[in-house]
Amino acid sequence: MDGATAARKPRRRTAHRLVPYAFLAPAIVMFTLFLLAPIGYTGYLSLRKVKVEGLGLGRGSRREIFAGLENYRQTLADTELWRGALRVLGYGAILTPVMLGLALLFALLLDSRRTGFRRFSRISIFLPFAVPVVIASLLWGFLYLPSVSPGQHLLRSAGLPEMDLLGPDLIVFALANIGVWGGVGFNMIVIYTALRAIPRELYESARIDGCSEFQIAVRIKIPLVVPAMIMTTVFSVIATLQVFSEPVTLRPMTNSLSSTWSPLMKIYQDAFARNDIFTAAATSIVVAAVTLVLSFGFLRAVQRRAFAGESQ
Amino acid sequence: MSTVLVKQPATRDSIEVTAPPRRRTAFTPTAILVLGAVYCLLPVTWVLIASTKSNADLFNTFTFAPGGALFDNVAGLSTYRGGIFWRWMANTALYAGLGALLSAALSGLTGYTLAKFRFPGRTVIFNVLLAGVLVPGIALAIPQYLVMAKFGLTDSYLSVLLPSIISPYGMYLARIYAAAAVPDSLIEAARTDGAGELRIFWRVAVPVMRPGLLTIFLFQFVAIWNNFLLPYIMLGDDRKFPVTVGLYSMLNLGNTLPALYTFVITGALLSILPLIALFLSLQRYWRVDLVAGAVKA
Repeated sequence: MDGATAARKPRRRTAHRLVPYAFLAPAIVMFTLFLLAPIGYTGYLSLRKVKVEGLGLGRGSRREIFAGLENYRQTLADTELWRGALRVLGYGAILTPVMLGLALLFALLLDSRRTGFRRFSRISIFLPFAVPVVIASLLWGFLYLPSVSPGQHLLRSAGLPEMDLLGPDLIVFALANIGVWGGVGFNMIVIYTALRAIPRELYESARIDGCSEFQIAVRIKIPLVVPAMIMTTVFSVIATLQVFSEPVTLRPMTNSLSSTWSPLMKIYQDAFARNDIFTAAATSIVVAAVTLVLSFGFLRAVQRRAFAGESQ
Repeated sequence: MSTVLVKQPATRDSIEVTAPPRRRTAFTPTAILVLGAVYCLLPVTWVLIASTKSNADLFNTFTFAPGGALFDNVAGLSTYRGGIFWRWMANTALYAGLGALLSAALSGLTGYTLAKFRFPGRTVIFNVLLAGVLVPGIALAIPQYLVMAKFGLTDSYLSVLLPSIISPYGMYLARIYAAAAVPDSLIEAARTDGAGELRIFWRVAVPVMRPGLLTIFLFQFVAIWNNFLLPYIMLGDDRKFPVTVGLYSMLNLGNTLPALYTFVITGALLSILPLIALFLSLQRYWRVDLVAGAVKA
């Protein structure tokens, strides 16, 4: 190292040390303003309430005061929230296994040597991913309407009784179908990608040992895509807990969906229809906490593997 | 060990000798797969057909029987309330296009910095960002509304655009992509040549990261387009609506004005066409493997 570089070095060093912080500044500012601040402010609001003095008329009669955990007690004691949670659980119990089962089936079929129309099918099944949830719900909503639905046309012409897909008994299946339709392609590609990563030689030796294509799928392929299946399951559970757009879009077409059908709809209702942002804040924190607890353990487990090759 | 070494070439030979002709396509698996494709195409096919029907045909003719009213429907929709539908489309392009562009830029810079610099606090910052991935995005919309309301920013373009820019998952992906795609030697060489750090990022890292950034752009584009709750609660003035909220508001009016149903359906078709075009033309950049790559087995 010659003298000139040595002399220049200290100044460059300091500047260089600040560079990563300068580069991260925009992200940190945005992250703080639109993620941390809303969470913090919601936490603060969840501990507040409005106290009405006198008749509640005139200025200064409504004061915001510290409420402690009262909002939480109230929200956890609210049976409608629990009923909503149960409805969403039922919806998820239909949606997740059906969607992921179909995704796995289609991924295996795409990966099989004996299937035709693979390119066409892969693109077609992934296509709903490009359709926004609201538009998807709107299209399916019309297809469910007795006067529009193709199934009802067929039932009518066969002289069979019509099924009201938007009725109280079937509405949860109608909603789950929208989720399956929108999500099966994305999950299929995730699993298919995991399948493509399996070395082909494994299949060759299995074939030599006399395994059928079906046995190869069950004994080799499925066990090896279990990690991908776990990931898609967790993402799907998180998504179902937050279901909002599908039931809200179907509401104008049916009487079977209440305005507090899912927990998120209940929060919306509290915040905007009842103007009780304090309870809504407490419920938001509870829903977010449940979601976080569910996903955190999972991501910790996979994070180690994801960054194993990169020094921390 | 030695048996393996001997065996392998032998197996390969035997396969080459007996080289089976390409397996015939089996009927049942193909049928199941095509059935899946048909199921997924069903609503899209229906909306294509339904937008050609007049309002009377919509509820009275067979689901997949086309009508002849497509141009009437498009014209009717285009003149509905002074062509507000096209304003919604432009708004959506602004929210999703500009939002995703800024999001990809921010994710790229952040991911590159986290992957390629060693500095105190790096792990802490990354872990906080990672925790952000876990925060349910939809549940965040109401808290974001509460903060925006505090600053009187609700019912503005910014109230929808700004929260859409931050994407912890995009940053996380960009970090993985930068770590894998940008060679340290390239950065070192540029530094030795005396290039500034911002110039290195722009001229060296961004070109190498471009496919990854385009993927982040596309997924964020879809995420913003898909996020119904945020604009739904932030906006009151329907001239600022994205097309999803706009069509939803029209659907709500349909109860009293059934004539609007055909407009809603035609609008749904027109709104998904650009997205499907984007999807088909940029197919190779819909890198689900990258999105899922973080947890590859």
